[in-house]
Amino acid sequence: MSEFLGSPHALLILVLAGFLPNEIWRMAGLWFGAGVDEGSEVLVWVRAVATAILAGVIAQILVQPPGVLADVPDWLRYGAVAAGFAMFMLTWRSIFAGVVAGEIVLVAGKWWLG
Amino acid sequence: MALPPLDSLQWKSPLRAFAWGMSSVASTVLTLVLFATYLGIGALAHDSGFSLAWVLGSTLLVWAGPAQIILISTLGSGATAVQAAIAVTVSAIRLFPMVVSVLPLMKTPKTRRRHLVLATHFIAVTLWVECYRLLPKVPRERRIAFTHGLGCGLVTVCMVATTLGYGLAARLPPLFGAAILLLTPLAFLLSTARNCRQISDVLALALGLALFPLISMLHTGVDILISGIAAGTIAYGAHWWRERARA
Repeated sequence: MSEFLGSPHALLILVLAGFLPNEIWRMAGLWFGAGVDEGSEVLVWVRAVATAILAGVIAQILVQPPGVLADVPDWLRYGAVAAGFAMFMLTWRSIFAGVVAGEIVLVAGKWWLG
Repeated sequence: MALPPLDSLQWKSPLRAFAWGMSSVASTVLTLVLFATYLGIGALAHDSGFSLAWVLGSTLLVWAGPAQIILISTLGSGATAVQAAIAVTVSAIRLFPMVVSVLPLMKTPKTRRRHLVLATHFIAVTLWVECYRLLPKVPRERRIAFTHGLGCGLVTVCMVATTLGYGLAARLPPLFGAAILLLTPLAFLLSTARNCRQISDVLALALGLALFPLISMLHTGVDILISGIAAGTIAYGAHWWRERARA
């Protein structure tokens, strides 16, 4: 049982360093967002900022790849995402087809490089 | 699997709406993406020496893939709790505009803030994208129950994946790790692209992708925030200018 739970100290750190600093932004969003109307013009801007921040997260993983993804050459990472996006457009926006195509290019490329 | 029509009697019961939300988990490929991502998070936690309860707790409480990966890798590499907390909170800022933009879809004139607390906790990229796709097909007064079902379903799938990944950690092939790490940008990109409704969204996505590499050269620590607000505001400006030209 203690192997499953680990140390109480680590669980406390999870709440203080993981849960609270993450959740505070959701609750701040609840505080502001609950008062905004669906048709409001401000929402168009907030949606655009949310989309652009997400685009930044995507770009960051590709430009500064974490962990073992850094072992994949740049051209293969960008190529795999480009192939995925091309397949997505060709299949009338099928996320499934796009994700599968991108992953196949990555795995095949990595396998071929050895 | 299709949801019942908006005027169907099936929507009369909130419990039914919750069940429809839960079964909608099976209607999206993003569930598979989450499953694979959480296999990776379980394995990473195992290799970094965390207990199974700890990583399950992080899936339940943090419920944001990038934040969990940052938390595990910073603490695992010996950083202090304060350093980890700062890195997590910077990565979580994106949740704020997501929550603000999606909550108005869920509320009715009678909704109080406290009714939205649990639904707000579930909001991360997947739920954000799926709410835009699914909520228009759900009667407004059942949308919170539906979102609770969808959120509980996704969390359950990810708890199972976390446990499996934790147990399998040593047996996962190295190529698998790179494939899982590519899933996040690939799935985020395609689901955000499908989520684009207005010209401002398309511009925000394209500009956000293009601006980040430039702004990251400044090494400010909040590069994503700067590039996101800049790209989003330019995109909104283009929308505003177009609307005005039309009027």
